[in-house]
Amino acid sequence: MELIKKYPKLFQWLFLLIVFFALCFAIDVPETYKFIRGQAEFVKDPNQSSFVFLGKEVRYYAFDVFWRLPPLLGWLPIWINDSLFFLMNEWMPIEFWNEDTQEYRTRPLVLQISRNLTAFMTFLIELIREILLGGLETIVAFTSWDWIDKNPWAELPGLPWTIVAAGSAILAYKLSGKGLALFAGLVMVYISIFGQWKPSMQTLSFILVAAPLSFIFGLGLGIAAFKSKRVEKALYPILLVMQTMPQYAVLVPALVLFGVGDHAAVIITMVVAVPPMILLTILGLRAIPPEVIEAGRMSGCNNWQLMFKVLIPTARRDILIGVNQVIMVCFSMAVISAFIGAKGLGFNLLLALNQLNIGLALEAGLCISLIAILLDKMSLAWANKQTDYFGNLTFYQRNKNILFFVATVIIGIVLAYVGTFLFKDSYNYLFEVPHNKGISTADFWNKGVDWIFDTFFVYIKAFNTWLIQDVLQPMRALYLRMPAVATLVLVVGAGYLIGGIRSALVVCGLTLFIAFSPWWDRALVTAYMATFGVIVSCIIGFTVGTLCFQNKHSASFMLGVCDIFQTFPSFVYLIPVMMLFGITDTSVLIAVIVYATIPATRYTIEGLRSVPVGLHDAATMSGVNKFQRLTKIEFPLAFPHMMLGLNQTIVFALFMVIIGAFIGTEDLGQYILKALSDKKGAGIGFTLGICVAFIGLIFDNLIRTWVEKRKKHLGIN
Amino acid sequence: MSEPVIKCEAVYKIFGENAKKMLQDSNGNVDAKTFQENGCIVGVNNASFEVSKGEMLVVMGLSGSGKSTLLRCISRLTDATGGKIFIEGQDLLQLNNKELIELRRNKMGMVFQSFALLPHKTVVENIAFPLQIKGIKTEDSINKAMDMVKLVGLDGRENYFPRELSGGQQQRVGIARSLAVEPDIWFLDEPFSALDPLIRKEMQDEFLRLQDKLQKTIMFITHDFDEALKLADRIAIMKDGIIEQLDTPANIVLNPATEYVRKFTEEVPREKVLLIEDVMESSTTDNLGDLKVLKDEIIENVAEKILTQEKSVAVIDNNNKIVGSINPTKIINTVFGGRKNNN
Ligand SMILES: Nc1ncnc2c1ncn2[C@@H]1O[C@H](COP(=O)(O)OP(=O)(O)OP(=O)(O)O)[C@@H](O)[C@H]1O
Ligand SMILES: [Mg+2]
Repeated sequence: MELIKKYPKLFQWLFLLIVFFALCFAIDVPETYKFIRGQAEFVKDPNQSSFVFLGKEVRYYAFDVFWRLPPLLGWLPIWINDSLFFLMNEWMPIEFWNEDTQEYRTRPLVLQISRNLTAFMTFLIELIREILLGGLETIVAFTSWDWIDKNPWAELPGLPWTIVAAGSAILAYKLSGKGLALFAGLVMVYISIFGQWKPSMQTLSFILVAAPLSFIFGLGLGIAAFKSKRVEKALYPILLVMQTMPQYAVLVPALVLFGVGDHAAVIITMVVAVPPMILLTILGLRAIPPEVIEAGRMSGCNNWQLMFKVLIPTARRDILIGVNQVIMVCFSMAVISAFIGAKGLGFNLLLALNQLNIGLALEAGLCISLIAILLDKMSLAWANKQTDYFGNLTFYQRNKNILFFVATVIIGIVLAYVGTFLFKDSYNYLFEVPHNKGISTADFWNKGVDWIFDTFFVYIKAFNTWLIQDVLQPMRALYLRMPAVATLVLVVGAGYLIGGIRSALVVCGLTLFIAFSPWWDRALVTAYMATFGVIVSCIIGFTVGTLCFQNKHSASFMLGVCDIFQTFPSFVYLIPVMMLFGITDTSVLIAVIVYATIPATRYTIEGLRSVPVGLHDAATMSGVNKFQRLTKIEFPLAFPHMMLGLNQTIVFALFMVIIGAFIGTEDLGQYILKALSDKKGAGIGFTLGICVAFIGLIFDNLIRTWVEKRKKHLGIN
Repeated sequence: MSEPVIKCEAVYKIFGENAKKMLQDSNGNVDAKTFQENGCIVGVNNASFEVSKGEMLVVMGLSGSGKSTLLRCISRLTDATGGKIFIEGQDLLQLNNKELIELRRNKMGMVFQSFALLPHKTVVENIAFPLQIKGIKTEDSINKAMDMVKLVGLDGRENYFPRELSGGQQQRVGIARSLAVEPDIWFLDEPFSALDPLIRKEMQDEFLRLQDKLQKTIMFITHDFDEALKLADRIAIMKDGIIEQLDTPANIVLNPATEYVRKFTEEVPREKVLLIEDVMESSTTDNLGDLKVLKDEIIENVAEKILTQEKSVAVIDNNNKIVGSINPTKIINTVFGGRKNNN
């Protein structure tokens, strides 16, 4: 009794666990239950029960409701799908003027909007693409095919790669200085001589449309939400779900709405990239001290000036993090949207992965990552740029960058022209290095992979077998062994203990949605993989973070490393693990671990750093040694921030698990991938995405509530 | 006398949902407690006063007494809940957005307690900011801002960012920024309270020097009575949103209007506030010494001289005419004895 009074929380938790395990043992696995694999679920089976709701028939294997809840929401994906089709093909037909046929036609409103959007996006992408690579679509858009036939000179030849390379170096120099200029130049030269020019420029043109658009929309909506409580309230739930929604899942509905191609990819990228931008904009604007705003007012700013000259620049730090996120997401999507027909490096990467040509995949992945880092650094430099008012500059000094650029354009054109004579019979390398004519290291890497396989096969295989048989399989079996009711009790109980009745209700709703969907077992598999990944990532991340924190330089260095790794598109992580472990669950899990370790490490370091210096000194003065200081002062204080890191780790892990479906897993991700190639997959893909998002949100809710309480308890804000 | 530059008539500022309605219902008799029970916080309660051209009004009061809120009402950073405010005869609350912006761009300057500099701009950019907002060409505004930088003694640091400056330096930037548009009316909200005593004194002297040169109409908020005495033409003392007393420093000390003001001024060194005139006897005796003191001298400045005398000292006005006398014991009483048993 004394003990219970002393540690009431501990006993509540113990009680919860006891109930949970009691339920697990009390409810037996039904004899007919088997974890159904693959296609079998679509086969009609007389043993199945069924019900009809909203005219949709749902078939399922019925079990004891304590073991598995019936899929009461089974109609939802079909309904979503039908609704989408209805919207696209029948709802609100309107008349519109068709330029080509010179007559009025009727079309459903949504379809028409989608077509217009598509045309607009396509135009933007083509415009940039043709400046970089040449082509005639843009010219045609302004004139006509007949006109271009008569005036063949108007076809854009595209810029020679030398000009683009020099141009980006000059731009980088203007923005930041010699270092970045050198980096920019090297990246471009690398891309060119390794024969990745064309796909790289395709990807770049995609990014140059998607990133600024996402930025503008995110900023705009963020401002709107900042100004109006009502907008914020409406946006907030969507933002929350989008934060944890795997990017894959958004692809599927987009496919229905916008079809296949770069334009659909841009739109979908915006859908994914805008939410974090909005959140960070709101966060930044909120943090502005009211006096700064008043100072702006007193300086006589009108609303417009106040927003763009005072508020946004003052919130620059958070907005910049938003830009960084936008760029990250764009590159990530550049790869993923290859699934819906976006051209460029992503397509090559997926193709190479599919053919198990690790070398090629590596080259494409490296290119993407390099461009991503370059753009990230350049946008950062741009935002931090300062004007110099006092230099008494001559005309030459003032315009030196433009003059240089003009010079390079001329030199580049001359070189390209000379090239036509130099390489009379083959390709003009001074204009563009064709895809298969560059230097390729693919063979080298492939040989390396083969060598690793041959040499270490035994060990890798042994490790693989051990991991799968002794760790993963049992863990997976344990997860699947949980009766639905037991899981529900555990999760809701945890919600209640952490955040009271409110948290319990939220968590209960989220869990029930998944439990009533037809994919509860799959969700369990997803959860098991994510759990495994998260546990290992956290152990690694917290250890590495703590060790690095002991020294100022190593901490900064590690944060820098995290920055760079974060810029890599998520798919790139699959490359090295496939090199080592081939197509197995191990590969996926290791990719998950590597990817999810980034936030774990970062937040550990940041959390430890945020402990006030005064406390360090106070602790040192009271004769505490380094280890005691760490365990007694720094960890407890840094813990809330580290838990936010755990939150991010979970989201990252979930994303990677879902992407891992590409290698072949048995979880929700696999179904999303399948839905992509299914004509009627939109509803399924979307619902699956929501399920994954909800898994993330359950943990998100629990962790955030806990952190808030803890912070209040510790008196930190 | 010419028209007052700032004129407030029964100004109220009440925070809360249905503040306006409650104010109307109360007929101007606002009781902070009843309002608080209804979820409203009283910021300013029935403030009426005038500030004339070239005058410096110092507003004092404890934390939360509504000083900043009053200033915000007059600069219309928040809208007063009730009452009328006139700036140079213009009804402030009737101005539309455009007129208000014009007024702020040309007539008003404000210095903030926490500096409120724009973190992304350098010193000179911060100072040039109001000018650029007005639409002045970059080059001209930077030149003008450079003059301001020199005025507040920050030359050589014009390209620093606020984060690279000390508190005192940042506040100089704030002052320079508020002066850049050459406003007629200058609001200062505890401009020096974040500074250490040495720098504060330095800044006060500099501030007086500036005011001597510029002759602006000023409302100045402070917590520090010494500072108020040093700067003020008149002092307003606030409590719970009400202006308890608004008068010259001497009158406030000698004739506190309420018990609160008396408590508030109790610790104030009298000799720093009072003039000879305030304590002299207007009846003149013949038994006067050779020393003569001016009647509007602050006691502190002449106390030593008077105390060396044995006889009473003659008090003269500017025309060298004897208007009264003062006895050294009176001085001793004022300086040492007067605090506790105030008359
Ligand atoms: N935006 C607001 N909403 C609600 N109440 C407010 C708001 N601003 C100020 N108040 C309240 O109005 C009262 C007066 O505040 P004000 O800031 O004017 O005090 P102050 O005299 O300037 O104090 P300090 O010396 O600490 O700056 C306080 O009780 C405060 O809580
Ligand atoms: Mg204040």
